[in-house]
Amino acid sequence: MFAVENGLQGDPRLKAISDAIRVIPHFPKTGIMFQDITTLLLDPVAFKHVVDIFVDRYKHMNISLVAGVEARGFIFGPPIALAIGAKFVPLRKPGKLPGRVISEEYELEYGSDRLEMSMEAVKSDERALIIDDLVATGGTLSASINLLERAGAEVVECGCVVGLPKFKGQCRLKGKPLYVLVEPSQFDELTL
Amino acid sequence: MSGNKVEEDPRINGIKTKIRVVPDFPKKGIMFQDITTVLLDPKAFKDTIDLFVERYRDKNISVVAGIEARGFIFGPPIALAIGAKFVPLRKPKKLPGETIFEEYELEYGNDRLEMHVGAVDAGDRALVVDDLIATGGTLCAAINLLERVGAEVVECACVIELPELKGRQRLKGKPLCMLVEYRC
Repeated sequence: MFAVENGLQGDPRLKAISDAIRVIPHFPKTGIMFQDITTLLLDPVAFKHVVDIFVDRYKHMNISLVAGVEARGFIFGPPIALAIGAKFVPLRKPGKLPGRVISEEYELEYGSDRLEMSMEAVKSDERALIIDDLVATGGTLSASINLLERAGAEVVECGCVVGLPKFKGQCRLKGKPLYVLVEPSQFDELTL
Repeated sequence: MSGNKVEEDPRINGIKTKIRVVPDFPKKGIMFQDITTVLLDPKAFKDTIDLFVERYRDKNISVVAGIEARGFIFGPPIALAIGAKFVPLRKPKKLPGETIFEEYELEYGNDRLEMHVGAVDAGDRALVVDDLIATGGTLCAAINLLERVGAEVVECACVIELPELKGRQRLKGKPLCMLVEYRC
């Protein structure tokens, strides 16, 4: 579900967010129009809008845990966690987290990768939010949902700044709702 | 609050007790300073950020540069609170646009830190943030990147310092603010 479908139609903050995202054509390979959120981070007002919109949505949902996917989920997750009084849990590439971890494999276009979470992260009765910058195939978010559920947490929702249009409406990932702020920005040759 | 260590603030001890030391990670002999346990305690995490924000909010900082990946956890909340832009400094080939890079030494071999061209302007006043300073190699590379584009690095901010590795001396004369020191 997109923010515009859920009460934020006409909210000028969404346009500001969208306008602040830069499109890099053919990165990391030909045909991909990469949504570069680093330009959003250079605009403190637009970056704050992103955090404020997520915080307004989640602050009364009794979220005890915000999980962020390495590495761009580390940028958006912590400010949300801090504002709503939840813990922050980094979900990382293999071998980065010390101590005991659980690990979930997921598919890439060619081959597979793994996501890890610390076994200390989840206590009992946790209500979790998963945050990433962008959702495309949903593979990474699905792996994240699996990790949290295997550890006993209840995943309440996944939140992303950018999402492909296919996630409109009641589209769910492994049965979990998905909340997206904006669709991908279009490449504008004039801004190069 | 005086000095570079934010001494005597009662919140510091609460943060220190939350840091988990993991022996022999990533390899034998290293006592790894794990800050993820600080992040699991909302009060300790908030105190960490508040301590840095209180220090920097009136220093006219226009850019907070965070070093991948744990600098991405601490940098953005500080940047948001003080109204500065956040610039990620990344491993090679992660940033999609045009970049500049700075090489730095590892124990065996070299690595590179990259920054987007145009992210930082000449005259920007910058803070560099990472979770920990060890030898200071990565922070030194970060300082170089920022200075090459004409920014002034005001200070480096780390949650943890390993003073025995003398990283503080590798910061090109820039001051270091840290909250907790760990001595073997």
